Amino acid sequence: MDTSIWRPILYLIGFMAFAGVNAAWLGWAERKGAAHIQRRNGPKEVGPFGLWQPLADGIKLMTKQLLIPSGTDDILFRIAPILAMIPALTSMVVIPFSGNIQARPIDLSVLLIFALASIGMFAILLGGWASGNKYAVISAARVVSQSIAYEIPMLITVITIVMITGSMSLQDIAMSQQGGFWHWNIFRLEGGHFIYMWVGFLIYFICSVAETNRAPFDMAEAESELVAGYMTEYGSMGFGLFMMGEYLNIVVGACMTTILFLGGWGSPFGFMPGIWWFLIKIYILIFAIIWIRWTYPRTQIYKLLNLSWKILIPFSLVNLLVTAAFIKVF
Amino acid sequence: MTAPIICREDEVFVLNLGPQHPATHGVLRVKLTMDGEYVVKAEPVLGYIHRMHEKMAEDRTFAQFMPNTARMDYLHALAYNHGYVLAVERAAGIEVPERAEYIRVITVELNRLTSHLLWWSAFLLDLGGFSPLLYAFDDREQILDLLERVTGSRLTYCYFRFGGVYNDIDDDFITGTRNFIKRLRSRLPRFYHDLVTKNIILIKRLKDIGFVSKEQCRKYGATGPLLRGSGVQFDVRKNEPYSVYPEFDFDIPVYEEGDSMARYMVRMDEIEQSMRIIEQALDKLPDGPVRAKVPKILKPAAGDYYAAVEAARGSFGCRLVCNGGKSPYRLKLRSPTFSNLSLFGEVAEGMLLADALAFMGSLDLVIPEIDR
Repeated sequence: MDTSIWRPILYLIGFMAFAGVNAAWLGWAERKGAAHIQRRNGPKEVGPFGLWQPLADGIKLMTKQLLIPSGTDDILFRIAPILAMIPALTSMVVIPFSGNIQARPIDLSVLLIFALASIGMFAILLGGWASGNKYAVISAARVVSQSIAYEIPMLITVITIVMITGSMSLQDIAMSQQGGFWHWNIFRLEGGHFIYMWVGFLIYFICSVAETNRAPFDMAEAESELVAGYMTEYGSMGFGLFMMGEYLNIVVGACMTTILFLGGWGSPFGFMPGIWWFLIKIYILIFAIIWIRWTYPRTQIYKLLNLSWKILIPFSLVNLLVTAAFIKVF
Repeated sequence: MTAPIICREDEVFVLNLGPQHPATHGVLRVKLTMDGEYVVKAEPVLGYIHRMHEKMAEDRTFAQFMPNTARMDYLHALAYNHGYVLAVERAAGIEVPERAEYIRVITVELNRLTSHLLWWSAFLLDLGGFSPLLYAFDDREQILDLLERVTGSRLTYCYFRFGGVYNDIDDDFITGTRNFIKRLRSRLPRFYHDLVTKNIILIKRLKDIGFVSKEQCRKYGATGPLLRGSGVQFDVRKNEPYSVYPEFDFDIPVYEEGDSMARYMVRMDEIEQSMRIIEQALDKLPDGPVRAKVPKILKPAAGDYYAAVEAARGSFGCRLVCNGGKSPYRLKLRSPTFSNLSLFGEVAEGMLLADALAFMGSLDLVIPEIDR
């Protein structure tokens, strides 16, 4: 089976479809979620519950002219939106949706995903830089410092998980949490130790929100300060690709949080096949991210960096040390 | 965060904020000289919506100028109506019936509520919080519906007349207003204070940011919540009482801190005080006519007259010079935001861009009123 040519092709089509559907309809979900939080209806005219709204938006964006303002770096300006999509799409390859639904099980999948996540930051940096717009350049500068600040605590927290599991493969990490919610990394009740793992979860979740540039950490597109940040000069599908990239990053982030902390496809009680549990978990996380965005005001770039360097990094380091000590002792 | 900046001349750049920037609420343009994210120099550029209101007053009758007053500060239009009719009534010596004075106070205070609610929502938008906008607009709509009932319009009111108001309020308006105040009272703690005022992000972004001293207020002639947020107890309604304000029991909220949070709290407290005034006015509302007999075309005696009212953004003054004709010889309008904005450049120096914009939001700017 593994050597067949059809398996990768089928998975490719499947994951592309999953990614495409999510990229488009999370926009709808966000608008609908925001609308209900704000006590209004949101999209409702196009199709039942406004469900075809993403198609209408897509058609509108695609029929618009791709405008490249004078004074921009032409090539980089065109590459940046594509670069926003590719890492997120590629990440999908190694994510195990269930015990046997994974395109390529590779041993270093954790490493691969975080390497790709860092490339996603380059898209914003290039887009902002190539625009030549002052707001976009400020936004690009912000993104770099934010990305560096939040990748450090995020990776340190991931190292604790890798240490506990003893593997860098997402498949293995999820497998080690099977059999009821008390085995999940966030709770870890069975040994008596590691019960503080929810601290790691909080750090990781905050970092993943910051890493995907979502409110309250959306410094890069702070529209009341920087107009639209790195997207200021983008219209048409360039803008559309940035948006889709953002939503795909959220999906990848939610998948990673689920696998690392919430037991992957593991069912908390033991019914329903795993894939459904996996989807339920990631959509709960995505809803939480949408919920946070429409509830809190934006922080300020220096407070954001302070939060990372002064609180999250020390906490994640202590977390790492304590975990290492426990592994040595028990 | 407002450390003195040491920068090289050739390392700064000019950031043109506006006239079409989401945070400038209209067509204000600010020329910012920036060093990275720090503001080195901020220079507001005005005049994009100048419409010569003062000159227009000179070639039309007193009554014909009434609609113009609502088009300066369109968010607290009734206070501008009020300031202008007060000046003209002083000039022509017109007595206003008591019921009309009460109706004026009720509608002006309702309008002040809409203005503060809109400021609150726009300010939160400046800070990146979207949902409060819709909650505040939900409440604001109720007031607009009430005011539409009596004034006939929802934004640019032209309700006051020399010697009274255009038409009487009815029982539906009174019960509607009472219900609304009950509703806002129950919503204020939950939707406004629990959700927003106590939010840690909001507090961190407003506390100790944008400090304005008493001296700066004095230097630039700042009034309104900006002045009261810097610890000066000055409110035209108390200090130079007009209309029937002396008959009501209300407080002037004053905060000593002088930062953006103080200005925020002053406005939030003013919402409470306005509701108190409206309730008392509804309780005491006397019967009688709502309009005095006034000649169609006014010809006040030659002289120099001045009237000031407390608008939502500060004291609005109207200086009227008459030469005995049927239109003013000169009308000088003193608009509060013009003075309040002029200290922006001095205070914003050395701030981060995000803080400078939060500070600008806390000033509560209405651009048509600055330019007139």
